[in-house]
Amino acid sequence: MPFRSEPVSANTHEGQMAATLPAPQLKSTDLGAGIAFGALALLTLIIAGKTEYPAYAFHALVFAIASGWACFKVFDNATSRGPVAIPQEIDGKPNYNMGPVKFATIAAMVWGIAGFTVGLIIALQLAFPVFNFELPWISFGRLRPLHTSAVIFAFGGNVLLATSFYVVQKTSRARLAGDIAPWFVTLGYNLFIVIAGTGYLLGITQGKEYAEPEWYADLWLTVVWVVYLLVFLATLWKRKEPHIYVANWFYLAFIVTIAVLHLGNNATIPVSIFSPKSYIVWSGVQDAMFQWWYGHNAVGFFLTAGFLAIMYYFIPKRAERPIYSYRLSIIHFWALIFLYIWAGPHHLHYTALPDWAQTLGMTFSIMLWMPSWGGMINGLLTLSGAWDKLRTDPVLRMMVVSVAFYGMSTFEGPLMSIKAVNSLSHYTDWTIGHVHSGALGWVGYISFGAIYCLVPWLWNKKSLYSDRLVNWHFWISTLGIVLYITAMWVSGILQGLMWRAYTPLGFLEYSFIETVAAMKPFYVIRALGGGLFLAGALIMAYNLWMTVRGAPEAREASLGDALPATR
Amino acid sequence: MTEIPATVPRKTSLWARHKIFETNSIFLILGVLFVISIGGLVEIAPLFYLQSTIERVKGVRPYSPLELAGRAIYVREGCYNCHSQMIRPLRDEVERYGHYSLAAESMYDKPFQWGSKRTGPDLARVGGKYSDEWQLRHLNDPRSVVPLSIMPAYPWLATTDLKYNDIAIDMKVNRLSGVPYTDEMILNAEADLRAQINPEDPGAADVEKRYPKAIIRSFAGDPKRVTEADALIAYLQVLGTMVDFKLYDNKANLR
Repeated sequence: MPFRSEPVSANTHEGQMAATLPAPQLKSTDLGAGIAFGALALLTLIIAGKTEYPAYAFHALVFAIASGWACFKVFDNATSRGPVAIPQEIDGKPNYNMGPVKFATIAAMVWGIAGFTVGLIIALQLAFPVFNFELPWISFGRLRPLHTSAVIFAFGGNVLLATSFYVVQKTSRARLAGDIAPWFVTLGYNLFIVIAGTGYLLGITQGKEYAEPEWYADLWLTVVWVVYLLVFLATLWKRKEPHIYVANWFYLAFIVTIAVLHLGNNATIPVSIFSPKSYIVWSGVQDAMFQWWYGHNAVGFFLTAGFLAIMYYFIPKRAERPIYSYRLSIIHFWALIFLYIWAGPHHLHYTALPDWAQTLGMTFSIMLWMPSWGGMINGLLTLSGAWDKLRTDPVLRMMVVSVAFYGMSTFEGPLMSIKAVNSLSHYTDWTIGHVHSGALGWVGYISFGAIYCLVPWLWNKKSLYSDRLVNWHFWISTLGIVLYITAMWVSGILQGLMWRAYTPLGFLEYSFIETVAAMKPFYVIRALGGGLFLAGALIMAYNLWMTVRGAPEAREASLGDALPATR
Repeated sequence: MTEIPATVPRKTSLWARHKIFETNSIFLILGVLFVISIGGLVEIAPLFYLQSTIERVKGVRPYSPLELAGRAIYVREGCYNCHSQMIRPLRDEVERYGHYSLAAESMYDKPFQWGSKRTGPDLARVGGKYSDEWQLRHLNDPRSVVPLSIMPAYPWLATTDLKYNDIAIDMKVNRLSGVPYTDEMILNAEADLRAQINPEDPGAADVEKRYPKAIIRSFAGDPKRVTEADALIAYLQVLGTMVDFKLYDNKANLR
């Protein structure tokens, strides 16, 4: 096992071997990986040939091509690289592996824009059903999971991959563990995204919210995720710092817990290896409990713990201030992960789930308010002594506003988990608004902030192409978020009240379709808000693109243009 | 801004003890696993052994092959994104949709389809509420029957033949994890599926015997051709109809 002091000595050892061995030597790990990819290519080819389901055959073919390419690439690299291992350090500095980080950063931006676009389309479909075009592949029921998966798992997941691989290297002062493994995780994860996303459009789904991918995609993700955990751990083992940095606790908790949740909620039996369909072993009420144990903790660990890790690295780094309180981070870390797991049943208030479980869910959801705000306070007060930077650094402003949104939605969440409130809010757009204040405000902004930091660092640029465009992005998308969440608050509460309204004679006042019709103006406003958020992301993509390809002189010039305007 | 404490904390202080998690990744992982297991175990495990979790009710049976295939269409098209199947015990919901949902009514549902959003109305008791013809027209063109509806149209369901050659394996897989399909049901799955849309089929009586109260009629109009619309409408028409609430004793199931 690669313990902390070993890499350097192992390195010189291999250097000696290079001198004595004349021919390139295939390492056993390369050989093993190559054979595994080859076997997978063969198996998926057989499946593609034998299955009766065209969509599944298409997926099997994608797998066959991807694993065939990986097989070739592994052997090709191993033979062309020669026996000299990639150095762990160059001139005493860690030889960081930023290739996978760059890939995941670009992927995050591409998937983000795709996911926001699909979000805008389904928002328009709700306002104007003609946008369904009577086509099966793009009807609302198939596009909505595509939207949620694209923004959570494709955009958010790639942001987490990029930042976790970056942060664990920097805070450990060690190169990412493994040569093939980090690329396998990055590319393998994105292959999962492609399989999942195209599957929804073709009607392949498990029908469980936020866990729609079918059994074979789930299996693939499991393999990728285990390797992800191993790469992360093995990098920590190589660290040259005695302590594991706080951001890495959050990344670890996110990786480990998502693995547990994924396995629990996707315990399915495939109909056959030649069929894309499977049935979950749980049923009815137990399945519901499993689902929301998973679903709420996808929020808690994917969209919270993982992004708190981003907060704990990028905000102190950008503000050039240490974290406000180390002890607060210890307390809120353990409290957050302990309490979050209990909160699932608040998605099942007043359902056929036993009352005791609902009450537990509500109680812990309310308690969850405290560690959530512990994190917010720790993030915001890190700015102590650096608040002036909010005026001059739009990237830092974006991240700080993100933490403020985090505080707002983690207050709203416990409020909505109270049964009396939930009886009104559940099944309405209020939930959608709540999710989006967290998703657009918190997850979106902290991700944008991290990417704005990362791109100049990764591509060795002095700064972004334009701070002014960051400002435009910030204000346009903030306006978008405000339109979105206020429209959903009004429509949600209005809808909840209309459903329960009675006439003086004791009859239900509104038919269901009247409550649908009443939503229309808010759906239009929501689509407008989503459109603004998308426009902001397009501005960002342009800014990043210009940053990456910009020559140093050009950057200096634009910096001069932009700064006076923002100051 | 980190403050350096005037006195170095004693080795026994809790903060000092936390060092083990900060310096050893394996302890950190084990700590995380332990902490996250508690809530999940306490909330999930009892649901499998507490007798009161699922009420004892007469009438709930496994889905017939046609209904099961229809359910798969319901899942495939993502109907759960807009329709719940869970009526809460609130006055307005009970008056709008019918008796509140029982856990027993979805005890054979894999996956459960309780939903989380009502862009459209709850469907837990939609069975029998509308005619087959209404359902068919509504699926083909929702706004032809509900002018203000925002539901997408699903015209391809009525024109696509149902693919059901795997239906017996589907039932077997369901049985593996607790749905009480008998050998006889599995053996006759395909024949039963065809017979359920054709009352003149000699096997129609057996379908009703195997699946009590199953509706046997041509749902989408052509008893000789099983379309996806047949299956979906058969599923919609059975939703919420299995339990006879005239006989249901609410008091016996206090929990």
